[in-house]
Amino acid sequence: MTDTTRNFIYFTGIAALIVGTGLMTSWNLAITIMNFGLISAIMALGVNLQWGFAGLFNVGIMGFVALGGLATVLISMPPVDEAWSAGGLRVVLALVLGAATIVGAILTYNALPKGRVRTVGMIALLIAGFFIYRAVFDGGVQAVEAVNPANAGYLGGLGLPVLLAWPVGGVLAAGAAWIIGKTALGLRSDYLAIATLGIAEIIIAILKNEDWLARGVKNVVGLPRPAPYEIDLQNSATFVERATSLGIDPVTASTLWVKTIYAGLFTVVLIVLFMLAQRALHSPWGRMMRAIRDNEVAAEAMGKDVTARHLQVFVLGSAICGIAGAMMTTLDGQLTPGTYQPLRFTFLVWVMVIVGGSGNNLGAVLGGFLIWWLWVMVEPIGLWFMQLATMGMAEGNWLRDHLLDAAAHMRLLTMGLVLLLVLRFSPKGLIPER
Amino acid sequence: MIDFLNALVALSNFVLIPAIAYGSQLALGALGVTLIYGILRFSNFAHGDTMAFGTMATILITWGFQSIGISAGPLPTALLALPFGIICCALFVLATDRGVYRFYRNQKAKPIIFVMVSLGVMFIMNGLVRFIIGPNDQRFSDGERFIISVREFKALTGLKEGLAIKTTQGLTVVTAVIVVALLFYFLNRTRTGKSMRAYSDNEDLALLSGINPERVVLVTWLIVAAIATVAGVLYGLDKSFKPFVYFQLLLPIFASAIVGGLGNPLGAIAGGFTIAFSEVMITYAWKKVAGYALPDALAPDSLVQLLSTDYKFAVSFVILLIVLLFRPTGLFAGKSV
Repeated sequence: MTDTTRNFIYFTGIAALIVGTGLMTSWNLAITIMNFGLISAIMALGVNLQWGFAGLFNVGIMGFVALGGLATVLISMPPVDEAWSAGGLRVVLALVLGAATIVGAILTYNALPKGRVRTVGMIALLIAGFFIYRAVFDGGVQAVEAVNPANAGYLGGLGLPVLLAWPVGGVLAAGAAWIIGKTALGLRSDYLAIATLGIAEIIIAILKNEDWLARGVKNVVGLPRPAPYEIDLQNSATFVERATSLGIDPVTASTLWVKTIYAGLFTVVLIVLFMLAQRALHSPWGRMMRAIRDNEVAAEAMGKDVTARHLQVFVLGSAICGIAGAMMTTLDGQLTPGTYQPLRFTFLVWVMVIVGGSGNNLGAVLGGFLIWWLWVMVEPIGLWFMQLATMGMAEGNWLRDHLLDAAAHMRLLTMGLVLLLVLRFSPKGLIPER
Repeated sequence: MIDFLNALVALSNFVLIPAIAYGSQLALGALGVTLIYGILRFSNFAHGDTMAFGTMATILITWGFQSIGISAGPLPTALLALPFGIICCALFVLATDRGVYRFYRNQKAKPIIFVMVSLGVMFIMNGLVRFIIGPNDQRFSDGERFIISVREFKALTGLKEGLAIKTTQGLTVVTAVIVVALLFYFLNRTRTGKSMRAYSDNEDLALLSGINPERVVLVTWLIVAAIATVAGVLYGLDKSFKPFVYFQLLLPIFASAIVGGLGNPLGAIAGGFTIAFSEVMITYAWKKVAGYALPDALAPDSLVQLLSTDYKFAVSFVILLIVLLFRPTGLFAGKSV
């Protein structure tokens, strides 16, 4: 069996799974699974760039995804004018001051000769800068958050088209990745993992607590959409007519149509990114990356700048995760920082890459779809399994109740098992690297 | 003078005592990470969940004891259950070593593969813990609540500020000291401990001199399971037990181990206290202490809180970044490569 036949069978299988879900339950669910599958596939592509091409272990995917979500709010929401006039400029000024302090400290560090003067000077500058920053910042934040806290209380965004947020999400994630990579790359490989784990937690903490930025846990809802609203479609005579002529109820037809539009947009992004990743993999750059991954010492001896290349690929991979994050928030129509869980956004993506086949872009895409489908289906299947296991027990038996309650946690266990089993028995994944 | 004493008492009550207790818990956690790193040569991402697993076992046994009326008097019953918790945790950890890690050890896999595998183990442990005890908060502390309470302290000294020392805080420090003393005695004085350090320093040389690597690994896992369970139970007694919080502890624990120097047990302790003190001091609102310590004219109006407590993870993270930037081997030279 050639590779092409095998891949064809795999992807037909995925299509069958989604179509099967559509036939068995509802088409709405099937298209939702497909939309999230597309987004997952893009995330997996980004992680595959880091892990498959370069062997970098990023445990902070959640943070980059969340930054993408933040970009959606910052770009697409209309600005809150009152908040801007109340304290917006002051907040921006404070952020500029804070950034200037850090840049100043770095310049001082580089300008002065090594010694006590440099250390003390840099620390003094940082402390003074921090207090000035807080003095300016706190007042501004209070003023902004006091503006109509129930509906606004934040600065809002730029009011630009939401599709623009996707590349911007990538840029934000790339910036965060650059900072992390600059510090942790070039050291032990574990350090990058630990540093990314930390930055992800911190990004989520910032999103949850900085209300002036994106309303924190109060969530930003009603993000502008690139697709029409269902209610508008239901009110449009032509749409209703077309739906009834196809024999579908107009309400169902409108939700299906909206989701299909999203699916189309996501597919375009996925195809573009996939082509780029494929070109990168088969270019001299891709070969160099894999050479570095397989033997850093040899690659360095051949004159390759290992740390710089690692930084490059780490930033690129994180940017892709940022784009996917922005797309996901657009699809949800809201930014809810409370829902970012490492299990769902970091580890699940890892399982996708490993199962699909690390180092192979097609494998990453396949893993994205397959594992997402499993993720959605494990819970009902687990519940069904538990019901089967507890059938013999009496109603109200404590063990029965406990087992039924705990079925929700089956996901963690299943994902862990899948990861371990694949790593052990099929470390190359479903579609191995060539 | 009285103001100064009041400031001192407030400082101890809100900063020093909590930081010492938290520091001991972190130090114990970091010791486990650092031991695994020294002997098995990878960063164990499952460590937070190992702590959670051991704690869960201890809690279940504590509940069992409580229901049949066994208690430790003024001390928490969990102390009696602790040895059994350690045994459960050790069995589980050894099973994962047999079932998972040994395969990769024989293959001489890259450290990053081990890290990934430990991630898988983390999932499974986390899942099991949530499956068995559920994801919610569990309190299992009983016995006397305070060694000295605020009211007693005020009556005793006549100061305006009170000082409270929780039993769990005292217990944490005492237990941590005992565990660390035992560990260092073991590592430095016993034959097995010495063979462990030899293995950690130079694997090939240790193998040549006839040290059995599987035995070293076995003992390491046993010690790690014991320390992790103790650390987890102490943390749970002091605060409360919640699986997700234990997962989040991973970051300060890693930061402690790296700040001290990965693979260096002494460094892990120093790192634990560094992280704990920075975290508590940076997120504490200094208004009260400053109000006593400074002359009235200088007393601050604001809370004088450098960062809100929601960002306590950011503190350990920033310290971690600083150490990685300026001294990647940590305060006490650990392994950097």
